[in-house]
Amino acid sequence: MFDFSEEEIYRYSRHILLKDVGVEGQDKIHNAKVLSVGAGGLGSPVILYLAAAGIGTIGIIDGDVVDLSNLQRQVIHFTKDVGYSKALSAKEKVNAINPHVNAIAYKDFLRADNAMDIIKEYDFIVDATDNFPVKFLINDACVMVNKPFSHGGILQFEGQTFTHVPGSSCYRCLFDSPPPPDLVPTCAQAGVLGAIAGMLGTIQAAEVLKYFTGAGELLTDKLLTFNAKNMDFKKISIKKRDNCPICSEHPTITKLIDYEQKTCEFK
Amino acid sequence: MATHTLDITKEHCPMTFVKTKIKLAQIAEGDILEVILLEGEPLKNVPKSATEQGYNVLDVSHVEGNIYKVTIKK
Repeated sequence: MFDFSEEEIYRYSRHILLKDVGVEGQDKIHNAKVLSVGAGGLGSPVILYLAAAGIGTIGIIDGDVVDLSNLQRQVIHFTKDVGYSKALSAKEKVNAINPHVNAIAYKDFLRADNAMDIIKEYDFIVDATDNFPVKFLINDACVMVNKPFSHGGILQFEGQTFTHVPGSSCYRCLFDSPPPPDLVPTCAQAGVLGAIAGMLGTIQAAEVLKYFTGAGELLTDKLLTFNAKNMDFKKISIKKRDNCPICSEHPTITKLIDYEQKTCEFK
Repeated sequence: MATHTLDITKEHCPMTFVKTKIKLAQIAEGDILEVILLEGEPLKNVPKSATEQGYNVLDVSHVEGNIYKVTIKK
């Protein structure tokens, strides 16, 4: 059971004060292992807040290097990090914020051939990616091995997120398969207001902390969407589909798929 | 059913209640915790916060000078 040092008690005092977290909740946070798939726009706030919160182990998988054009929204990376591995850059920030966190960096992308081995080491997976193939891969892998995950997506001024736990509706209950290439945003449409990455990623981080502490109600079977232009937030009920190709009783998808990314390779 | 004592006279708000919560988490259900604290903010806040978070405050008594004792049942 919990055995926090005086330094940790002080560090986490604002969590401990919360009725719904307390020492017991902070202990659960301390014992948690979370994987962030991506250390970009969404991964930045997710990783920063989870590190600050004292998540015991944070895995960071990203095969990319920091590009100057990332810094407008990927706040875990600094100007000096341009050209450096995103996974390692994020790991260093985690260590600087909270030395009690065990940060594990994977300088790689999540693929069908490595997803299971990596995901099985964690209690909760955060989809902090920017492309449909990996979103479907995370969904399928998590459903197959009964892992909870948070889905997140942002574009332009809009964001969407939901939380999956074993038994609740999944990404394929919402979307059967990746969209056809002509529906995927083009380069010109790929702009994003930097701050909405923070808005959405922070919601995902809060969901992770709620999951481990049991506080409140998760965004399961609900899709939260927002449009920052008018600050409209909406919650839409989503239903588990009887004929979902992955989470129904008789799934038609039984192995992981690497879909092709058909968009231009924007950074 | 054991009785435990916690001295938080050297703590400041909100660490007064943080320390109280930590001690309450460590003791067994049904045990009694006697919290020794100063008058003013701690005396005003600790019993109120404990009640708000579902603990049973049995008694508040004066010890000596500006020191008080709050008795809480887990």
